[in-house]
Amino acid sequence: MNVLAEPLATAELAPKASRIGEVILEVKNISLAFGGVKALTDISFDVREHEVRAIIGPNGAGKSSLLNCINGVYTPQQGSITFRDRTFNHMNSRQVAEMGVARTFQSLALFKGMSVLDNIMTGRNLRMKTNLFQQAIRWGAAEREEIEQREAVERIIDFLEIQPYRKTPVGRLPYGLQKRVDLGRALAMEPSVLLLDEPMAGMNVEEKQDMCRFVLDVNDEFGTTIVLIEHDMGVVMDISDRVVVLDYGKKIGDGTPEQVRTNPDVISAYLGTGH
Amino acid sequence: MGFLIETVISGLMTGMLYSLVALGFVLIFKASGVFNFAQGAMVLFAALAMARFAEWAPAHLGFDSKLLANLLGFVGAMLVMVAAAWLIERLVLGKLVNQEGITLLMATLGITYFLEGFGQTIFGNDIYNIDIGLPKDPVFLFESVFQGGVLVNKEDLYAALIAAAMVTLLSMFFQYTSTGRALRAVADDHQAAQSIGIPLNRIWVIVWSVAGFTALVAGIIWGSKLGVQFSLSLVALKALPVVILGGLTSVPGAIVGGLIIGVGEKVSEVYIGPSIGGGIEIWFGYVLVLFVLLVRPQGLFGEKIIDRV
Repeated sequence: MNVLAEPLATAELAPKASRIGEVILEVKNISLAFGGVKALTDISFDVREHEVRAIIGPNGAGKSSLLNCINGVYTPQQGSITFRDRTFNHMNSRQVAEMGVARTFQSLALFKGMSVLDNIMTGRNLRMKTNLFQQAIRWGAAEREEIEQREAVERIIDFLEIQPYRKTPVGRLPYGLQKRVDLGRALAMEPSVLLLDEPMAGMNVEEKQDMCRFVLDVNDEFGTTIVLIEHDMGVVMDISDRVVVLDYGKKIGDGTPEQVRTNPDVISAYLGTGH
Repeated sequence: MGFLIETVISGLMTGMLYSLVALGFVLIFKASGVFNFAQGAMVLFAALAMARFAEWAPAHLGFDSKLLANLLGFVGAMLVMVAAAWLIERLVLGKLVNQEGITLLMATLGITYFLEGFGQTIFGNDIYNIDIGLPKDPVFLFESVFQGGVLVNKEDLYAALIAAAMVTLLSMFFQYTSTGRALRAVADDHQAAQSIGIPLNRIWVIVWSVAGFTALVAGIIWGSKLGVQFSLSLVALKALPVVILGGLTSVPGAIVGGLIIGVGEKVSEVYIGPSIGGGIEIWFGYVLVLFVLLVRPQGLFGEKIIDRV
């Protein structure tokens, strides 16, 4: 699925609901503990193809831990994760990346000393096939490859509207733009599933709107499945198809935004129970 | 005037050789964020391997060509350095992904002592020779301009040229290849690099091999000047101020730093030395670095780190 080879303006899109497909990612009975601290207890949920799946919950509910399990950063002590009919218990980040799962980070983890262009180019790393010696003499295949990859990266830069900052070291960009570069680097992998860890944290209203637009466009135009953690309830209710709610490492709700909003457990977790 | 130029030129050439060792530090730091204390030990280890292989090969295989012996020695030593890189990744660094810089530094300190000891165990601890046939005779330049001309050591001149070529190649490799880019990415953030599918372990083997290669070249050049012996690993101590002066992350910085310190110590030794009793050469680099650090804590060419508060 080489979505980026096509110009971004795609033809007629089917109505959203009918585009959501089969289950692509399934998390089954996952438990994760750090020493005596239980971060996740018996969590199960699934993600369907093309859907926007949100994970919400109060601070410390285990959202990031859950994402890190899917991404292979943590290995859960119990349970399994199934991705496209392949079930696995032990997985490292690189293997997960090879299967087509990309992610962004809550606290930015960009390559600060490198330019925007180079940061996004690193996302193409898995697609580079030439070996060290070909690159060293920069001859034939290596040069063609570099040019091809560069074109794909330029499309992403256009898409995210960061053309003027191409050569700027990312460390010098304002926070909102750095978040975009983080997204760009993940997009460069042409992932089938994109994990976003609080893509809108710390942004102002305008930046949030931009980011929402990008996330929805990625979902619509590339058909990328999106799993996102977000704190802003307005955003979550607006853009997601289904929502998982965590509290103290346990799943307390799962369903459409409407179902979740009226779920009494969720309300008490967020507002506290009346006495 | 002629004498001053002579001093400066000899300083530049020594400086180039410092740069070569400093380059090894910079490469590993740039690509893995590790300050590799073992660089000096690697120089010694590589030079020992080269010297002994070049000695053993003709004896065991029964040929008499100096060139072939050196060539086999070089290839053998390079293979040893790649194997060492692989083992270091396997046994040490691979286990320490995402650890603090200080932990990694301590690990390389361990590697230093191991390489020094192990190298002398298997290769012996005598003084060995590397003779790659660099011409030893001095030449006189500018004889028409200055009286007596400027005396330049040919060996130093070739060594400086080799060092300059290596430095150019390595900086281009870092800047313009996708592997170079992946190396820089790993240096900035292990976790993020893994998440986009950059194989950390392979990158580390590559970097340590490249650093092993610079150590080998430095070892050959220093070894053919001074003889291959334990004190070779102390060359690293000369390279330390160079790295700090140039900035840990900058390849050009390693070069310029090396040149500044090379020239500085020679000129100060000759012109200031006599009035305070000499011996300036040994500590000049460190003092210079102290002053530079007061003004530019990141070194002359290092990346300035600005943190959001």
